[in-house]
Amino acid sequence: MADKILLAHGSGGKLAHDLVEKSFVRALANPLLDKLDDSAVFDVSGKMAFTTDSYVVSPIFFPGGDIGKLAVCGTVNDLATSGARPMYLSLSFIIEEGLSLKELEKVVNSVRATAGEAGVEIVTGDTKVVTRGSADKLFINTAGVGVIPEGVNISGSNAKPGDKVILNGAIGDHGIAVVSKREGLSFATKLKSDCAPLGGLVADMLKASPNIHALRDPTRGGLATSLNELAQQSKVSIRIEEKEIPVREEVLAACEMLGFDPLYVANEGRMIAIVPPEDADKVLKAMHQKKNANDAAIIGEVGAETPGRVAMKTVLGSSRIVDMMVGDLLPRIC
Amino acid sequence: MKYITEFRSSELGEGLVARIQQRSKKKARFMEFCGGHTVTIFRYGIRQLLPSTIEMVSGPGCPICVTANADLDKAIALSQIPGVIIATFGDMLKVPGSRSSLEKAKAEGAEVQTVYSTMDALDIAGANPDKSVVFLGIGFETTAPTIAASILQAEEKGIKNYHVLSLHKVCPPVIRALLDSGEVELQGLVCPGHVSAIIGSHPWEFIAREYGIPCVISGFEPLDILQCVEMLVEQVEKGESRVEIAYKRGVRPEGNQIALKLMERVFEPSPARWRGMGEIAGSGLKIRSKYQRFDAEANFDIKTAPAVEHKGCICGDILRGVKTPADCKLFAKACTPENPIGPCMVSAEGSCSAYYLYGGERGG
Repeated sequence: MADKILLAHGSGGKLAHDLVEKSFVRALANPLLDKLDDSAVFDVSGKMAFTTDSYVVSPIFFPGGDIGKLAVCGTVNDLATSGARPMYLSLSFIIEEGLSLKELEKVVNSVRATAGEAGVEIVTGDTKVVTRGSADKLFINTAGVGVIPEGVNISGSNAKPGDKVILNGAIGDHGIAVVSKREGLSFATKLKSDCAPLGGLVADMLKASPNIHALRDPTRGGLATSLNELAQQSKVSIRIEEKEIPVREEVLAACEMLGFDPLYVANEGRMIAIVPPEDADKVLKAMHQKKNANDAAIIGEVGAETPGRVAMKTVLGSSRIVDMMVGDLLPRIC
Repeated sequence: MKYITEFRSSELGEGLVARIQQRSKKKARFMEFCGGHTVTIFRYGIRQLLPSTIEMVSGPGCPICVTANADLDKAIALSQIPGVIIATFGDMLKVPGSRSSLEKAKAEGAEVQTVYSTMDALDIAGANPDKSVVFLGIGFETTAPTIAASILQAEEKGIKNYHVLSLHKVCPPVIRALLDSGEVELQGLVCPGHVSAIIGSHPWEFIAREYGIPCVISGFEPLDILQCVEMLVEQVEKGESRVEIAYKRGVRPEGNQIALKLMERVFEPSPARWRGMGEIAGSGLKIRSKYQRFDAEANFDIKTAPAVEHKGCICGDILRGVKTPADCKLFAKACTPENPIGPCMVSAEGSCSAYYLYGGERGG
């Protein structure tokens, strides 16, 4: 087999067949995928969650992850924020001709490892190859389904005045890790992306309290944008405390250099939970047992006044508005 | 020392606020010249923490905001010339000129590339020998030395298709013009930290000496600003006026001699147009005739229609410190960061953007 992806790899002919067989099916093997039928067919019982996302991150390999890991985590986390237990994912590649097969295999292996960690199976997929310049190395689309346990009702519109706002860890690691390797902008940092599947964390949080009102993973647009979305959807205000929000010194330093505010920098392994006050400590305790949430903290509270508005008590004790992100800090961060 | 968290400490901040509250008796209006300072003041809600005796007003220290429409039009006109690639820092893209913006010109087919450093612009020139790269030189004394360095490097490497549209401005003359206008009365000036890192503290001395206004050069962290305000209050209460450096980790009295020499080698003082203030003598930097072949003005036939101002936009008044964004009828209605009408809403350092993003008069 050639060591680079050719247009013929996406043609549906022999080369394409070999690629699917040797590089994808072998790596991602499971009974549903192995059938190689046009659709994966399976039983589901209960309320189902269904989501999709496309991944165009540049560069495709970054500290702490790659586009394959991201494509699994992003979709798994979107299911988890609905309270669902993620089960099955689809995986579609749009490959720019000329991508090295080695790189593609590295991505597929990363998909396998992350799917294993997240407890999901890749059950269907597709491959297209486009001419040089029509894509940038590799784009991935994943869709996913999961089942929502009985009694769980999680939605961005469920936040109630008095609820506590919990965050599972330091913000901004993913965005800064990706930017640090971006062509024309690279700088040295030991920072790694926080990219991680959060299905297990959410399951444990729901075990501690099935009454969690809302969950959201603050990806593009960062913490500030997700909090604004929640405040608007639930028609409540959210007040956060700057000194309670964990941010690593490396992220602060990079943000100073680049003119970013960490509140707007992308995350891929972070979760905001809006929890009734009486359950907040239970949820926090459950989170502290998980490696993705050692540093979980209550960062604020939901209020009734000025619906749709997010405000922050600054480190100096004054108060300011936290608005949604305008435009894009940097394109193609996920 | 980590340089960031130390300068955002709540305990130290509370101490400084208490000292300012205690010490300030006389009414005083302080101008923060620099847009970077405006952002810190709003991001950390510093105005709320100051006693009622102290009023802070924002000044003209945002290079993008003070660029006149006529000059923005030139940049856009250059982007329309076949074979020209515009290289610019990203924050210029959205700034509306009289009739368009670079972002719109780009969408319509102009070649506009965002760069993070002037050296990237040189690389673009190297990679496109059959085209002309024009770098938009917008900025104060802080950016001018790096652009001077890029011109010298282009000369050394024999890069012939690299040009600069020099719209650079220098800061001290605009303060004099502002004070001479009599429009704003100031009892203190928060002098820009990064500009002073290049020019030092001496160029500000005329303000203290001739106008009797206390000056303190400040850094950009919240504690820097509070310390600066405390030092200004101290001078006001004692009835003194002199230039002090609160930003000692960044600024030496003599400035950065290497940067200054680079600037002087490539640029000479010239008049410059400022939004809302008109032409101010000696406030611009023109490329010296020795380096004329790198000067976009001298090498391209830049045709622009007469500049027009946006109806209702009061960016000019805001930059002079005589009005605030809250006085503008367009603010947060017709003019928002997504759909900016004036440059003060576009630039990250613009007053309108800071008011809009961090609450400003709308409260937190």
